[in-house]
Amino acid sequence: MLYDIFIDPFVQMYQMPDFFLQVLWEGFVAGILYALIALGFVLIFKASGVFNFAQGIMVVFAGLTLVGLNENGVPAYLALILTIGVMGVLAYGVERVVMRPLVNQPEIILLMATIGLTYFLVGFGEFVFGGEPKQMITEQLGLPTGSTAFEFGDRGLVILQHIDIAAAVIAVVMVTALGVFFNKTRIGRALRAVADDHQAALSVGISLNQIWAIVWFAAGLVALATGIMWGARSDVSFALEIVAFKALPVLILGGFTSIPGAIVGGLIIGFGEKIGELYWGGLVGGGIESWLAYIIALIFLLFRPQGLFGERIIERI
Amino acid sequence: MFYREAGQFKTSYKADQALFPILQDRVGLAVILITAFAVIPALANDFFLTSIMIPFLVFSLAAIGLNILTGFCGQLSLGTGAFMGVGAYAAYKLTSIFPDANVIVMVLLSGVFSAAIGAVFGLPSLRIKGLYLAVTTLAAQFFLEWCFIRIPWLYNYNASGAIEVPRREVFGIIATGAEATPLARYFIVLGITVLIAFLMANVLRGRIGRSWMMIRDMDIAAELMGIRPLQTKLMAFAVSSYICGVAGAMMVFFWLNAAEPSSYSIRLSFQVLFMVILGGLGSLGGAFMGAAFIWILPVILKFVPGLLGFDLAAETVEHATFMIVGALIIFFLIVEPHGFARLWQIAKQKLRVWPFPY
Repeated sequence: MLYDIFIDPFVQMYQMPDFFLQVLWEGFVAGILYALIALGFVLIFKASGVFNFAQGIMVVFAGLTLVGLNENGVPAYLALILTIGVMGVLAYGVERVVMRPLVNQPEIILLMATIGLTYFLVGFGEFVFGGEPKQMITEQLGLPTGSTAFEFGDRGLVILQHIDIAAAVIAVVMVTALGVFFNKTRIGRALRAVADDHQAALSVGISLNQIWAIVWFAAGLVALATGIMWGARSDVSFALEIVAFKALPVLILGGFTSIPGAIVGGLIIGFGEKIGELYWGGLVGGGIESWLAYIIALIFLLFRPQGLFGERIIERI
Repeated sequence: MFYREAGQFKTSYKADQALFPILQDRVGLAVILITAFAVIPALANDFFLTSIMIPFLVFSLAAIGLNILTGFCGQLSLGTGAFMGVGAYAAYKLTSIFPDANVIVMVLLSGVFSAAIGAVFGLPSLRIKGLYLAVTTLAAQFFLEWCFIRIPWLYNYNASGAIEVPRREVFGIIATGAEATPLARYFIVLGITVLIAFLMANVLRGRIGRSWMMIRDMDIAAELMGIRPLQTKLMAFAVSSYICGVAGAMMVFFWLNAAEPSSYSIRLSFQVLFMVILGGLGSLGGAFMGAAFIWILPVILKFVPGLLGFDLAAETVEHATFMIVGALIIFFLIVEPHGFARLWQIAKQKLRVWPFPY
């Protein structure tokens, strides 16, 4: 038993390096996608202190809108632009209808409001586009399909899906773009000011409402990119909602307010989950992927209650 | 005018500290209890009992359980569904190990198991707070759900992986199983819910309940004033999980007759959390109102198009229900973030001063 837990998995890793690399790659891709979802959460949490539970459903909604428009005869690129427009309208609507009347409420009320928004979007998405899973329009969007195999002499081969590589590249581009946007532009500076202190930001003439709409729109764009990538790997369906829950341990690992934290957290969870499932999962009957991420996060939290990159929590009376 | 405390003098400390010191409250409560115990069973048909009243009471109890943890002790939990599941599976195992025992006792005992598991998952709450704690309770949710699927001992190794409630009799009346009448189930569920609600109303105004509220309002300050945070938080977790466990056991034994692991999924956790928040955090009456709103509204919405003469597909109605419920949740949060309990207080104040509002 002890041998199975502590020695055998490592022996396997050494003996089958191709399989191990494949697992690492899977973990990397899963981690990138978790990180993308978590990124949407972080954007909104930083700027408004709202824990946006609807991010997961926004991913599904963006993907569904894109596919649904394409099914109704809109060319792929036009559909993409239209979907971006829809996310913009959604961002404005959420800011106007949900966020603005709820300013200054306790965070649990805001959390509930976003869960209400989740229900609404689930109903609306199914109402308009139907509940059955849809195929993502990968080729029409010019995304690569197919795969490449790398050989390691005589030790086996590792297969990389092109779409996964594309996902990684897009994630990197997106994070860089967001970094530049946050640090170099006028709006980005305003966003950081709002994140630091709402009242101080207001007093220097930054419009909170405008900033919130922009942040929700940015989160919508991240959701769209995530939706395309997840959709290309599996189907576009409301089952993706479960994936969004995985972004929560990623978030608490990285800390709610840190963009690099979201990426690092995503990768830790992605690697940990895949390696744990494939090397240790068999010992307890498999399927541990569904909860391992939370347990990893829980263990990290016990040592650092504010997450890896979170701001230190100081409590005073 | 209608709701006047003036002139009701209390002449002893005991009378002043009574659970319901105001006459109108006692009358109102008596009316509600008579309605629940006599009028509804006399008038309602089976459909009303099985698909509205029994689920409503079960959810009310679960909402009371979560309200103790989240509303009174301030620990946000998303693991309610799993704790209810623990109660259900424990009750199932208990009835199959002790087939002759009274099933009501078994249901009440099953809560003990979920209390123990709740206390274990409550341990991190000492260090982890707020939203971070919510995520650790998600760990409980997904881990326990996995256990329900992967540990065949829990469902007696049957092929379907679901638990099915066997037929059991209590005092000569069939209480569980497919043959049990809705009326018998209704009375059992009502009895347990009322009993636990009264018990909790008493606990909450005593030393334990007050220490929970101190922890909720500011845990460091409470600690300085001599409240032990570990014991208090763990007790809140245990009591809350006990009630949720009993609710979960009642859900399968007296309502659904059979349950799968997916019955106790994260969706259930959210549903109960909605009831608590819409009803009003930190209010027992609010738990009932929230449960009524979240459970009964979709049932009614299902029949509205038929009554209005529209012929819509069942799917469309379901999607529209989702939309309407979501929109109403946001609406109510905007109108009254403190829930129906606060609306009821406002209404009471209006009744108090009517017809001269100034």
